[in-house]
Parts: sequence; C-alpha cells; structure tokens
Amino acid sequence: MRTIPAAEVTRAVRALCLQANRHLPDDVRRALEQAALREENPHAREVLRQIRENCALAAATGLPLCQDTGLAVFFVTLGQEVRVDGDLTAAIQEGVRRGYADGFLRASVCHPFSRRNTGDNTPAVIHYDLAPGGGLRIVFMPKGGGAENMSRVTVITPAEGWEGIAAFTLRRVSEARSNPCPPVVIGLGVGGSLEQAALLAKKALLRPLDDLHPDPDLARKETALLERVNALGIGPMGLGGRTTCLGVKILAAPCHIASLPLAVNIQCHSSRHAEVEL
Amino acid sequence: MPRHRLTTPLGDAETTLLRAGDLVLLNGFLYTARDAAHQRLAGLLEQGLPLPFDLDGAVLYYVGPTPPPPGRVIGSAGPTTSYRMDGLTPRLHSLGLKATIGKGPRSPEVLLALKEYRAVYFGATGGAGALLSTHITGAETIAFPDLGTEAIRRLRVSDLPLLVINDCLGGELYARPVPIRPGRDRISFSG
Repeated sequence: MRTIPAAEVTRAVRALCLQANRHLPDDVRRALEQAALREENPHAREVLRQIRENCALAAATGLPLCQDTGLAVFFVTLGQEVRVDGDLTAAIQEGVRRGYADGFLRASVCHPFSRRNTGDNTPAVIHYDLAPGGGLRIVFMPKGGGAENMSRVTVITPAEGWEGIAAFTLRRVSEARSNPCPPVVIGLGVGGSLEQAALLAKKALLRPLDDLHPDPDLARKETALLERVNALGIGPMGLGGRTTCLGVKILAAPCHIASLPLAVNIQCHSSRHAEVEL
Repeated sequence: MPRHRLTTPLGDAETTLLRAGDLVLLNGFLYTARDAAHQRLAGLLEQGLPLPFDLDGAVLYYVGPTPPPPGRVIGSAGPTTSYRMDGLTPRLHSLGLKATIGKGPRSPEVLLALKEYRAVYFGATGGAGALLSTHITGAETIAFPDLGTEAIRRLRVSDLPLLVINDCLGGELYARPVPIRPGRDRISFSG
C-alpha cells in the first residue's frame, strides 16, 4: 500500500489556495472572452473589459482575483490502496491556514451565531469520496458568499419534471438579478436525497464549461436551459445583455419514487477551482 | 456614456447631476463598511452615540478587502452585495450620507431615501477586486479594528471607476429580467 506523508498534503493544499485565487481556469477565461465579443451594450462591454483586465492583473501581481477569497471547499478522492501518514483532515486544514496567510487571502469564515471570525479561513468544508486504486486527488474551490447566497435546495414533485426544474432555476436566476455577479455558472443537482442534490450541484460547477454531458438528453437540456437563462437579459453584472450565464451543468442521481430533489448552486463569473493528484 | 470626475465630500450640486448609466471616476475619501460594521453602527445610533466618522457628504463602500501584501496599501477590494445593508441605509442617508458603492439591487426603501435625500447608489464591478485596488492610494482603519476585514477603513481613491445604478430621480440602470415563459416540456394535471 502506497503511503503519502500528511506534510505533502499540506504543501499541496497551500499551493492550491494560491493558484485558484490568482488564476482563472482556461475554460472560464475563454468563455469570458467569447462573452465580450457577443455583447453590444456599452455598460456590459465595460464590465467585461474590467473583468478581463482584472484577470490579467491578478495573474501578473499575485493579488487575488476577488476580495472574496471564499469559503474553502474541497472534494477529496482517496484511493483505497493509499494511506496518509498522519491526519488527512488536519493536514488539509493546515494547508488552508498557510495558503490563506502566505497568499494574503481574506479570512472569510465566522461562527454562525456569534459571527466571530475564525481568523484563518478554517475550517474548510471537505467532502470525501473513496475510489479504487492508489491515487489521492484534491480539488479546491474557493466559494464566494454572494453567489452562494443566491443558491437554493428544494424538493419538487415528480409530476413537475424537467419543466419544474427549469422553471425553478429560471426563477432563481431572475430573482437573483445582479447579486451573484453574472455572468454566472449554474450547477444543477437533480435527484438523490436532499443533501446529495446539493452536493451534486456543487460538483457540477467543477465541470469544464466547454464539455458536453455524456447523456445526450441531459446535454440537450443543458443547452436549452442555458439559452432560456440568457434570454432573461440580465447580462454582465445585471446591466443588460446577452450573457447572463456561461454554462448550465447538470449532475443527476436516482431518487425516491415520491421525490424530485433539486439544488441550484450559482457560481459567480470568477469560477475558481484548482486540483492536484498526489 | 456620460462621464464625470468627482471628488468627495459630495453635495446636492454633484448628486443631482448624476443619472443612471453615467460613468463616474471618484476621487477623495471613502469609508468602508459591510455587514458587521453596519450592526455596530446601528448599535451606536440606537444608543444615541456618535458615529466614528462624519456622514455629511460621505460615501460608503461595501467592501471587505484582502490583507495588503508588502508594498501595497490594500489587497483586492471589490464590492460586496448591497442588499444586506439595506436595513440601515435610509437612516444613514437621513444623517447626511450622499452615496453608497456596492453591487446588486436595493430595496424600495433605499430607493425612496435616494430621492428624499438626493443621494445616489453606485455600482462597482464585482469580481474585479485586484483592478479596483489599483485605484486605492491610501487605507487607514478608523473603527472596530477587531472586525478584521470588516473594520471601518478610510480609503483614499483616485479615479475609482463606478457606474450610477440608481439616481436621485428614480432612474435605475439594472436590467429588468424578461418574464419567464413556460417551456415546451410543461405538463399539467389541472387542465
């Protein structure tokens, strides 16, 4: 069985915190460039110009892309033939502590009732999956508060079906208007249980914007819903325009015959994530 | 789009000229305050105590910046969502506050206060915190240092780029979402 020292995990997580907060993934940058070509509204064009200039500046200076450097969310896939020498969870938390301090990132985590800031952006939210093999994959997503605040979980009836899912999503985006920093990415978690739907919605945000869902029916639904969201006309930062959304991504799971759990996780245009394979 | 270069403090002479959609390059001083600072300000007002800065002609920026790296006065410093501050905003306008800077729509009560007190609501570009920080040339914590990023800071700004979202005549720049139309896949048990 392969052994990975906990200190190696901490080093990798620290690096992920810096990388994700300074550099947008290539697919997101390309999507923003394409949006800038489509927009004719001068206010939308000005906002997209600032967003793209900001992206170049963050990469050049090491300043974080956004002052909201997020709640630190991790998706960890642990191979069943690998063991971590030490406390894996503690190693990830220590990586966050160091990454946020060394990168001059914002401590944005507080006690839910007293609202006292924990001071080091811990605790991170860590989701673990087991997988066959000897790998350890760590995906990091700094999730900003503005877009998370506009996200919702619900359970609709099976009779409402796809149109119920689409209508709930459209209402959410319409009510959110400029709050979540559009153009947004929409992660839809459909099926499973209440908490599984929420988790699927967040994981869906990690899919590349230019990928196609492997299920042709869901691929068609993603494209159709993206068009309907963009027809709302909210536009970049709510100023009106063709680009309200850069991508709709669905992850689905079987559910109870009585239920249709649904989560809409909204992600701002600064769709930051980074990953490492140890 | 019309452009204005303004310097704080702002008065009616400036705010009444501004229209939704105008571009403003703001100079002078701003005060930062977001959720926790607003709670503290509300507490001071409730007790009849003085606020830590002069509201007359003042501009509030809803921002919680990242810590300054060496050689910089501030880290990334873009706007946070404004609606969370809506509860206190009309009161602050009644006490002399002339403008707020944030992102996202405001409540009907805030929009009424803008008309009544001839104030404006500016939008800065969300997610452009690195870029916006290059327009901040000074930062000094003036109240509630225990709040960390949420402390009240006095910022000196140079040509900070803003859009007038809501003017004092009721004008609004934000697009109204197009009403949602039912899709083809809709089914109904009632009809």
